[in-house]
Amino acid sequence: MTAILELDRVSKRFGGLQAVHDLSFAMREGEILGLIGPNGAGKSTLFNLINGVFAPNTGKIVFTGIDITGEKPYVVARHGLARTHQIVQPLTNMTVLENCTVGACFGRENLPLSRARDVAREAVHLTGLDDRIDMLALHLTIAGKKRLELARALAARPKLLLLDEVLAGLNPTEVEHMIGVIHRIRDSGVTILIIEHLMQAIMSLSHRIVVLNYGEKLAEGLPAEVARDPQVVEAYLGDPKLAEQLHGGAAHA
Amino acid sequence: MLGILASIIDGVLVGLVYGLAAMGLTLIWGVMDVINLTHGAMIVAGMMALYLLVSALGISPYLTLPPVLIGGFFVGVALYWIAIHRMVGRPPLMSLLSTFAVNLILIGVGTAVWGTALFNVELSLPGITIGRYTFPGPHILAAVLAAVIAAALYVFLHYTRIGKALRAVANNREAAELVGIPTTRLLAISVGVGVALAGVSGMLIGTLFPFTILSGDGYQLKSFIVTVLGGFGNPVGALLGGIALGLLEGLVTPFVPVSWTLVIEFALFVLVLIAFPGGIFASRRGAL
Amino acid sequence: MIRRPFFWIIGLVIAAFVALPAIGNDVQMRESLALACVYITLASNLNLMLGYAGYINFGSIVFFGLGGYICIWLVDSYGWSLALSLLAAGIGVSGLSFIFGLGILRLRGPFFALSTIGIVEGVQAFVENFGPWGGSSGIYISPQVFQPLGGSAQALWVIYFLLVAAMGASLYLSYAIKTSKFGLGLIAIGQNEDAAAILGVPTPRYKALVYSASAFLPAITGGLYFFKGAFIQPSDAFDLTLSTEAIVICMLGGQGTVTGVALGAYLYEELRGYLLTTATFSNFQLVIAGVLLLLIVLFFPSGLMGWIYSRFPRLKRVLE
Repeated sequence: MTAILELDRVSKRFGGLQAVHDLSFAMREGEILGLIGPNGAGKSTLFNLINGVFAPNTGKIVFTGIDITGEKPYVVARHGLARTHQIVQPLTNMTVLENCTVGACFGRENLPLSRARDVAREAVHLTGLDDRIDMLALHLTIAGKKRLELARALAARPKLLLLDEVLAGLNPTEVEHMIGVIHRIRDSGVTILIIEHLMQAIMSLSHRIVVLNYGEKLAEGLPAEVARDPQVVEAYLGDPKLAEQLHGGAAHA
Repeated sequence: MLGILASIIDGVLVGLVYGLAAMGLTLIWGVMDVINLTHGAMIVAGMMALYLLVSALGISPYLTLPPVLIGGFFVGVALYWIAIHRMVGRPPLMSLLSTFAVNLILIGVGTAVWGTALFNVELSLPGITIGRYTFPGPHILAAVLAAVIAAALYVFLHYTRIGKALRAVANNREAAELVGIPTTRLLAISVGVGVALAGVSGMLIGTLFPFTILSGDGYQLKSFIVTVLGGFGNPVGALLGGIALGLLEGLVTPFVPVSWTLVIEFALFVLVLIAFPGGIFASRRGAL
Repeated sequence: MIRRPFFWIIGLVIAAFVALPAIGNDVQMRESLALACVYITLASNLNLMLGYAGYINFGSIVFFGLGGYICIWLVDSYGWSLALSLLAAGIGVSGLSFIFGLGILRLRGPFFALSTIGIVEGVQAFVENFGPWGGSSGIYISPQVFQPLGGSAQALWVIYFLLVAAMGASLYLSYAIKTSKFGLGLIAIGQNEDAAAILGVPTPRYKALVYSASAFLPAITGGLYFFKGAFIQPSDAFDLTLSTEAIVICMLGGQGTVTGVALGAYLYEELRGYLLTTATFSNFQLVIAGVLLLLIVLFFPSGLMGWIYSRFPRLKRVLE
């Protein structure tokens, strides 16, 4: 298996809080790995460690064979890693196209401006923002901003895409659309690491699941396996009996 | 050797006043993330108030403290409504520019009226003499007054309703609003208090050294340095930082020409900020 | 870029600056336009930091003053030609700025702004104590230096055209950066520096580059300005008034726009000239600047161009 991303005993503490503890897992190229866990389990922190916002206290992070532990975010981006944020971070006074052009210019391929605009347009099209391509980011709805966040990350033509609760706050129609987009992204060869609270969605999207609790890996495996794992159920739901219902709903991995 | 010790002690005395000045700056910074670039002008305003009241009314310089404190409060509230209110929530650069603009206006008017004249307030206060060294009376009294006001501020922040509300707003404005705290009024009050402190420290500095309308810049820079040393939004840290700065000045002034003191302090400022981009104590907002 | 109309608009402005005073040999107009050149140069270059990257440089005067000093010193002490001295001033100051920039640009917005004020004070104190540069008395240069330029009268014209060239270069530089990938990265930094870094914009390097780029032409302009007066001293070279006015002009015209800065400079100079003839104290210069800045920041943060674009959105396609 060609491991596109490997985490080896990564830990991060903030003062008295151990946010991530001794975490290890690997991702196969082309898979969708779902990251779940109760609030505060360290999922977003993990993303921040991978893409360079924080440096881990211990451990190693290897991306496409390159050691990116502690590298600055712009270096990591250049290696081909893009992410979206739980709380969207649009470049507010720039248009949708300009936002995506930034992604295309400074991402993996380091494109010149004119070529970057074309790539940006493709990303805008893939996420269905064509009708708003010249709109300022600040005038978009929340759903629009979430799509922009995704389009911008895609424009960077990443090898690995980190999606942080990209479905949160969307209505069912929008969720369905976004899931379709994610499938298309995967089909184009991008590996995806996704954090999501919408259980149905993440269980059906992911090939494998990693469960985090209090910064540690609680379980790892196929969605169906993980859903049955009593430790996972207890951590999430507090009641092992609800495992049956979840198992029933996640039977289509 | 003893001479240096005496210089250091004197520096600490003056440092307490610097600390008071910095408290005004750090309070506003901590409560609403606004850097008040009129701080220097307000210090000068305190100095001028001292001079004008003393020469017009012939009263003891120290009696000007209450009017400066109260007047400073109202000036601060006015400053809030004029230049800061609309900037809350906008990028911090905007409040920098708006307070900078007010500073231009104030200093411009000041120099138009008084030019670069040097002002000095006559004081005769017996000092304390130990051996060959005399610690000037004004220095001691200014330090004591600064310490008293600082203590009063501490009591205000921790033991009164308004003070606690202020700390709540500093910690998390949205949450404070949600529990019914009238944040706008409190923001105005915090600027009022901050400016009052700046004015009073100016008044006290006026009893120590001669000054011109343009002296504010130097003291404003010192306030920033102290704030960085002591942590943003942290009044106790500001006081300690002021003492530290005073100590540094006491150590340095016997050996270095006066015009270099500020350069050294400033170099320290930049170096500290580069090493600790959030300030030495990097206290998160709400350490009030 | 040559195909865009705005390129030619800038060219027209430069041509006007060259032709208008030259045609009638109008010395008074030349002097007034020379001042406009200085304002436009300082403001355009300041705009690179302020309008694009979102960093306020309160002390941009330090580029102007240091450039002036280096130029005068080289001409006076070493007999260098004006051209070479100007070039040395530009390269020297931007080189120093790049190094300094790597350091102080680690500070975020407000702290950077504060440290720029301190840099001016620090450099001024240093120069005042620096013997070879005349200390606090400054440097006078002898009229001999105007001979290679054809005598003092003609020298003033040569200097004027060089000032226009520097202004033109500043406008083209702003335009070129704004329409480049570098500019896009800068503007992204100005919008959200953390997000920009995550998107791959190499923020420290870009910030240091733009900071030193914004030093080059002001340094040359400083060299020209003080050479013209044949005298430089610390209190003039590092007078925060000019850099403050540059900030006001940027905000007045519309930060982040190329046109706005030129318009703003012109308007500001007119306003200042008019008001100063009716007010008696020169200190009112800063009061006017302060009132103007306050009004703009409170009520018209996008400046003149913001207002123009909201009325005539079509213009956005043509102007920058």
